[in-house]
Amino acid sequence: MADLVSNITAMAPEVFLVVTALVLLLVGAFGGRRMAGPVNLAIVVALIIAAGLALRDIPNGSLELFGGALVLDHLSTFGKFSALIASALSLWLAHGYLKTENRLSAEFGILVLFASLGMLIMVSANDLLSLYIGVEMQSLSLYVLAASNRDSLRSSESGLKYFVLGALSSGLLLYGASLIYGFSGSLRFEGIAAAATGSGSGSVGLIVGIVFLLCGLAFKISAVPFHMWTPDVYEGAPTPVTTFFSTAPKIAAMVLIARVLFGPFHHLVADWQQVVIALSVLSMCIGYLGAIMQTNIKRLMAYSSIANMGYALIAMASGTVQGLSGLLFYMGLYLITTLGIFACILAMRRSEGMVEQIDDLAGLSRAKPGLALALTALLFSVAGIPPLAGFFGKYFVFMAAVDANLTWLAILGAVASVVGAFVYLRLIKIVWFDEPAEPFVPASFAQISLAGVSALLMLPGAIWLLPALAKWSQIAAAAMFVHG
Amino acid sequence: MEFANLLPVIAFYLFAGSACFCALMVVIARNPVRSVLFLVATFFSVAALFVMLGAEFLAMLLVVVYVGAVAVLFLFVVMMLDVDFVELKQGFAEYLPLGGLLAFVLTVELIVLGATFRLPENVVAQVPIDPGVSNLEAFGLVLYTEYAFFFEAAGLILLVAMIGAILLTLTDKKGVKRQSVSAQVARTPKDGLKLVDVKPGEGII
Repeated sequence: MADLVSNITAMAPEVFLVVTALVLLLVGAFGGRRMAGPVNLAIVVALIIAAGLALRDIPNGSLELFGGALVLDHLSTFGKFSALIASALSLWLAHGYLKTENRLSAEFGILVLFASLGMLIMVSANDLLSLYIGVEMQSLSLYVLAASNRDSLRSSESGLKYFVLGALSSGLLLYGASLIYGFSGSLRFEGIAAAATGSGSGSVGLIVGIVFLLCGLAFKISAVPFHMWTPDVYEGAPTPVTTFFSTAPKIAAMVLIARVLFGPFHHLVADWQQVVIALSVLSMCIGYLGAIMQTNIKRLMAYSSIANMGYALIAMASGTVQGLSGLLFYMGLYLITTLGIFACILAMRRSEGMVEQIDDLAGLSRAKPGLALALTALLFSVAGIPPLAGFFGKYFVFMAAVDANLTWLAILGAVASVVGAFVYLRLIKIVWFDEPAEPFVPASFAQISLAGVSALLMLPGAIWLLPALAKWSQIAAAAMFVHG
Repeated sequence: MEFANLLPVIAFYLFAGSACFCALMVVIARNPVRSVLFLVATFFSVAALFVMLGAEFLAMLLVVVYVGAVAVLFLFVVMMLDVDFVELKQGFAEYLPLGGLLAFVLTVELIVLGATFRLPENVVAQVPIDPGVSNLEAFGLVLYTEYAFFFEAAGLILLVAMIGAILLTLTDKKGVKRQSVSAQVARTPKDGLKLVDVKPGEGII
């Protein structure tokens, strides 16, 4: 009994979110549309409170819960905090959007909340079962969110497409998990690690299992060649849902992949490294080459996120503690920039509704110089232009690769980022030098503040942000290397 | 060999044979409804095999979940959707060489795999800890203790599925006529019945 209570107290953020979800679900069901707005705002607050709870200190740096089903360490703290904050901010943006479109519903926030709960389980998974349960809880909520605008054919299509391909990837993941279980005889990561270490170079069955598991998880971070769903889903889903898709689930899935690869399979690094390198190279190249041809800004962001995942995977491929901390550092910066850019995209609204074409940004600098400046800073940063924060993200990733004797991969990444710079510079050119199009309606407070704050964090704020983020990602990465 | 020892062997081959036959019929039956019914028969045969292995709970689950829910759902879909199976089967001859080649390669691979596959030696077969405990009891003992977290989390996933289904299908559009039980019960002959005196040779307008 005392054991159960201590487990539940250690899981305070999760328990808090479940209770909030159940209570607010009832409020939403009985309060009707009148309560939809307050429920969504309450969920934003609840997610921020849960993020605060996730920061609590862990005794001894690592704690196993429910007989090893979940683990709490500095890595899970990092993942939980960033996923929860990203979810809260996306929902805050979504609230304004849904209010303007007159489509507020309590279930929207509830589903975001359940998706975040799934992410919390993902980042602290220490067992193949909790891995799968976390992934499914998150994905199932995301499928519904993608289709949440039922009046739009494209939204329904994107939801269906996401669901069918997601089910396929879950099948791959489960097949891999069953192979790993069959060849190691354990579901717990420690047991799998013992079997993987004991077998020397790792049995063929185990390696096939890892590859399948990686394929299933690569789908969740939309790494090439499992990226086909991304542009269509990002374009079809309502824009705030796209914001959510491209931020919180990405960090959760990345942390989960790191947990699997650096945990039980740390000794098989030579085996999985090739797979991660292949995913990384393909994602960078196809991501940026695909982005060149896009005319819709949401599709462009989809390809941009694919390419960004490629960079994060460079760090993963190095397989070292520097690599993992580079990965977390990069993902942290990616979250901040992506949220800022999407805040700008959500501000692209004319009196007749949302516009999504890249050409609609023309002449933004004259109509709204503040927004144009913020967008420019964010795009320069994500392109990796030196004084901005995004440059240091790429720098850490490349340094980790060079230290792990993967210099050619770092060079390839640098070459790909030149193509990427072209993509982002084209946007900047349209914003500053093209003939003005019809102006947008005034942006909301949420959009202005998010875009402004994230842009400020890229340049002057970077002096404060970069050391803090680097320190935290080093502490979080070290958690995976305590035992081995 | 004694007859009593032979009985399980006969039963195994009977059920295994019927499972294989029914599975084959699922694929080759011309009528899709028959395919689904053969699928049900396959599940029953496999359930019988599980009973023979001493996994009575799994057998029950197979019948309840797969026959009771999944196969019936298939049957509904097959009967309700207007799928033209003749059209689906067109081009069969066209794809036969490629499909046949793939099937051949897969068969050879399966045979090679089956001939060379060895289970790793360090894997311990999962056996019941206490033979006196029934399947259901053994599941119950761990499901609500050791696996309580997974149980609760799986419950939440089902809740998400329910919310999603309601969100995607429930509409509160105006102009939709809904049943109102109280209005139905409160209805009297006075509201619903009108006596009209029809004169000969005329109709009611």
